[in-house]
Amino acid sequence: MVALLTIAALYFLLPVYWLVVASTKSSAGLFGSFGLWFSDSQWLHNLSQVFSYDDGVFWNWTWNSFLYAGIGGALATLLACAAGYALAVYRFRGREAVFKVVLAGVLLPSTALALPLYLLFSEVGLNNTYWAVLIPSMVSPFGVYLCRIYAEAAVPMEMLEAARVDGAGELRIFNTLVLRTMTPALVTVFLFQFVGIWNNYFLPLVMLSDDHKYPLTLGLTTWQSQADRHPELYQLTVGGAFLSILPLAAAMLVLQRFWRSGLTQGSVKG
Amino acid sequence: MSSNDLARGGRRGTARPDRAAWGFLLPFVALFLFVFVLPLGYAVYESLLKPIRSGPLGLGPATIGFAGLDNYTLALQQSDFLGSFGRVLLFGIVQVPVMLLLATVLALVLDTLSQRWAGILRAAYFLPYGVPGVIASILWGFLYVPGVSPLVDLLGRIGLAPDFLGYHGVLWSIANIVIWEFTGYNMLVIVAQLKSIPQELYEAARIDGASSWQTAVRIKLPLARPALVLTGVFSIIGTLQLFAEPLVIKPLTSSVTSAYTPNLAAYNEAFANNNIYLAAAESVILALVASVLSFGFLSLVNRKERGAR
Repeated sequence: MVALLTIAALYFLLPVYWLVVASTKSSAGLFGSFGLWFSDSQWLHNLSQVFSYDDGVFWNWTWNSFLYAGIGGALATLLACAAGYALAVYRFRGREAVFKVVLAGVLLPSTALALPLYLLFSEVGLNNTYWAVLIPSMVSPFGVYLCRIYAEAAVPMEMLEAARVDGAGELRIFNTLVLRTMTPALVTVFLFQFVGIWNNYFLPLVMLSDDHKYPLTLGLTTWQSQADRHPELYQLTVGGAFLSILPLAAAMLVLQRFWRSGLTQGSVKG
Repeated sequence: MSSNDLARGGRRGTARPDRAAWGFLLPFVALFLFVFVLPLGYAVYESLLKPIRSGPLGLGPATIGFAGLDNYTLALQQSDFLGSFGRVLLFGIVQVPVMLLLATVLALVLDTLSQRWAGILRAAYFLPYGVPGVIASILWGFLYVPGVSPLVDLLGRIGLAPDFLGYHGVLWSIANIVIWEFTGYNMLVIVAQLKSIPQELYEAARIDGASSWQTAVRIKLPLARPALVLTGVFSIIGTLQLFAEPLVIKPLTSSVTSAYTPNLAAYNEAFANNNIYLAAAESVILALVASVLSFGFLSLVNRKERGAR
């Protein structure tokens, strides 16, 4: 059992370890030395190269990734919370229909939508803008699904009633009471959406042509695909890949506790 | 149940429940229509069009005209587009069970460990989820290419010559990338489900003399079922979406063609061949197949469950 756990740990950590080692090497060392041990350490030089190459376009990509994932994730969470809450506490005509459509949205692969989105967005002139990536990122059917289940379990109807009797409007109840009660679900939805957007590739690939609007994923693959002609880009791709996984890897390690507590709420009730 | 009753009470309490509900729903529903329903509708519309040449020998200016189902017949006649579905199907049949089995075993084993070790290992297994698919593919790409890869290097020293990027091997090399990325995530979903099981159940089993193996198989596994269904659905959806991994691996080997997966085929049709109408038809077919498969899987699981009761 210990052997199994150790082998699994090696398997999951090996590529990351390789990346750390490789990011310290020169281009010659990358191809000429044993991959799992250090040879010519020039880490700082490599990393400063990553940041300065092409007028520091790597900074742009990093900023864009945070922008898309941060703003998109936050707005998606807010919209999903409002919608999930509405589906959970109000009885109104069309409620079941809306929920069915949301479920269909959960089951539809997002990359099956990327091309249709591109066709539509280029028709209305939204392609190659920040909006082209941000707008689709604000919609999370899975988030609505999670929020509905959570709100059903966690928002006490007595509390809403009491607030209504006190004369609070529906919007005010939502802003003050509901958002606070639903915080654990919101954290989960935000994390899901943030990671989803951060890791997304197909959508920015089809939408964006200006490399100053690229997120990290798209920027680094551009470097990788040009490395044939510009061999120094091999080292930059490796260094950039190392830098790009730092923020999320750190977040993963810290937030996996949080992640866990919210997840059971989302299990499909078979 | 009780919440339903209370909600109905809430209805009496509010003057205009419909208006409040739709007010909360509106932002989401409006955007949902704009980025889900409208693009699909537009893709269906585009898939029914094609450029129609005029003039002698069809050399005159092309106008866009109604094509009927021509694009669909064309897509379904293309052997590499059909082949791409066969490929992701084969991929899914192997990759999804292997990944879920690994995730389940790791989750069950971690559940028996002390808090501290379980925490450290869980974090290690979960780490790859924070690495974007394309970055993971770039990483593993370096680990597959002879000359850079320490793996090929090491295996070579003991007399093996693995061909990670060969015609038959490359599909499984891509499967390995996907397994690497998502096993930890799926494991965490299952762990979360196991944590929600009341501890008394384990106590009772122990008092009845059940071994930890028996507890795992007879009690934990059945109770982890909802989590397995969830991860199963998302894995099937993920398999059909396969795109970034083969696209990144493609420059490294001639074994990955431009129509390696359905998504890649549609992408190439749109951006390399500039045939957006055919690409639209291929996207619609992909969306249909994906929905049928995931709905099918869900209703199959539900029916089995009802049968079991």
